[in-house]
Amino acid sequence: MFDKILPYLLSGISVGGQYALIAVGYTMVYGILRLINFAHGDIFTAAGFFMVYMVTVLPIQIAIPLVVALTVLLGFTVERVAYKPLRSAPRMSVMISAIGVSYLLQNLMWYVTGGLAKQYPTIPWISQSVTIGTATTKVVTLITPVLTVLLVIALVAIIQNTKIGMAMRAVSKDFETAQLMGIKIDSVISTTFIIGSLLAAVGSVLYFSNYASVTPTAGAMPGLKAFVAAVFGGIGSIPGAVIGAFIIGICENIIKALGYTTFSDAFTFALLIVILLFKPTGLFGEKTSEKV
Amino acid sequence: MKPYKKIIASFALLALMFLALYFLEQHFGKRSMLITVLKKGAIYALIAVSMNLLNGFTGLFSLGQAGFMLVGAYTYAVLTIPMARRAAVYQYYDGGIIPFTAPAIVGILAAGLLAALIAALIGLPVLRLKSDYLAIATLGFAEIIRAIIQWDTLGPITNGSNLLKTYPTFKSVIPVFAACALCIGVIVLLIHSTYGRAFKAIRDDEIAAEAMGINLFHHKQMAFVISSFFAGIGGALLAMYQGSLQANAFKSSMTYEILLIVVIGGMGSISGSVIASFLFIACSEWWLRFLDTEMYIGTFKVPLLRSGFRMVVFSAVIMVVVLFFRKGIMGEKEIWDLRRPRRRAGKEAGR
Repeated sequence: MFDKILPYLLSGISVGGQYALIAVGYTMVYGILRLINFAHGDIFTAAGFFMVYMVTVLPIQIAIPLVVALTVLLGFTVERVAYKPLRSAPRMSVMISAIGVSYLLQNLMWYVTGGLAKQYPTIPWISQSVTIGTATTKVVTLITPVLTVLLVIALVAIIQNTKIGMAMRAVSKDFETAQLMGIKIDSVISTTFIIGSLLAAVGSVLYFSNYASVTPTAGAMPGLKAFVAAVFGGIGSIPGAVIGAFIIGICENIIKALGYTTFSDAFTFALLIVILLFKPTGLFGEKTSEKV
Repeated sequence: MKPYKKIIASFALLALMFLALYFLEQHFGKRSMLITVLKKGAIYALIAVSMNLLNGFTGLFSLGQAGFMLVGAYTYAVLTIPMARRAAVYQYYDGGIIPFTAPAIVGILAAGLLAALIAALIGLPVLRLKSDYLAIATLGFAEIIRAIIQWDTLGPITNGSNLLKTYPTFKSVIPVFAACALCIGVIVLLIHSTYGRAFKAIRDDEIAAEAMGINLFHHKQMAFVISSFFAGIGGALLAMYQGSLQANAFKSSMTYEILLIVVIGGMGSISGSVIASFLFIACSEWWLRFLDTEMYIGTFKVPLLRSGFRMVVFSAVIMVVVLFFRKGIMGEKEIWDLRRPRRRAGKEAGR
């Protein structure tokens, strides 16, 4: 029994780690702007395509940092162009703008690639196979959780100990008061998007190494799942998002192991609905009260 | 204008519209681009108006429209495939298990009713949620519905993830317009009723509305169910328009498209949604087509033009609307209100 489950468990942990890297971006943006950044999943996909096109001209050691840099630039630009002009608009307008950006990015990627799935480059070492017990898997499966945890610890350290981290905490507590205290809100928000996109880029390298091909809509589903993970863990809480992502990744793969592959996506959303109904603030979320 | 004159005028306009449609169809032929765009535009108009009832008039930001359309489309197709064709369509499931064929009109009504029923069930838990949580929960339910329809065990009914086809469709543009106009008319009447005022009150201020004695849950549930009913009918019509049906097409991106139509037309304007639907469909299917083909001016090859460029330009235009013309084409006004404000202002000054 365990032998049968083990490969699924391993890929569950690995996928969970990849979701976690995306989910952190969602949860940070939501914590500060109260915005579901629907375009985050497409930024993740775009990182995949950057990689596909980069390795055709550059060696892989240079390509990876460049991909991360480009993704960060994309995230930064999206925020400046599509969200900043709507700072004083109602929340729903910003969300519609996010949906519009997602639509634009998907169409743009479709145009550039001609709508075809692109082969993701094999990255030496992390695409190698290893055998654990009875299960054969790629090295990337083993690296992902370790790398995820390391990155998240680093991020939490930044938020707890640096000046910009303190500013982020202040802004997420109270947007307007933070502004009055002299915090440059725009630079804090930009930093949030930069960190989110950076983690999404790393997540994308790990995720697509596992799946071998990228399509313009490949990131939509992982994006939504990562968002569910963020809600599950309590939106705004970084450790919560990570734990939520691992739980979702593992559950999803166990459901696949049991033979209900059609429902692996549906399960995630069912979990979301259950959480929203019984504990809307998630596992580690702070309780907020409705103001009139 | 006196009320009865207004009614006569609107019926005259409707009759004119159908007459014009009839002649257009005679002149251009049933398969021409114009007629195709008109058909799809009318169906999208109905769906957009149904979404506007929820998002624009009641202030419930729901993203589940594609799910209810999917329910409607499948109900219609499953009920109306002729007995003789079932064996061919359900070839992997021994001809399916539905032992009868319903007439098209019954199929369409059943589509709306089943979508409404499912909405009523989903609404019970979901409508307690607020703004973006509601959006993400309805989006989730739409995905769950899609997964259930593609489930193998339900194959004898839904044909799993295989294509449904050979159900009755329409050839002419007239019945589509008649059906959509009727449904939109009902929604307009609803919005002008006391229920419609209650919906708007909930949108503007939930707490104030509750204090005025409006039963929040009851009215939200009602808006949700009615909107889904018409989304279901819209789904059935869309299935008829397409001629074949697969659950995979009804992804969340379909909901996003409809939401963008509503936003372009103006949240809270029925005529805005209708105009935006026709514009949206005409642009994406017809007017911007030239962007997808390579073009030469003399020997100069116009850069960038190739397959997919149309949608890039199109979505960039949508972003401009979303960012800089946030009210959309109509804002919250209706096209029949446009003549009035000046006179009303005069009246008030006279008082």
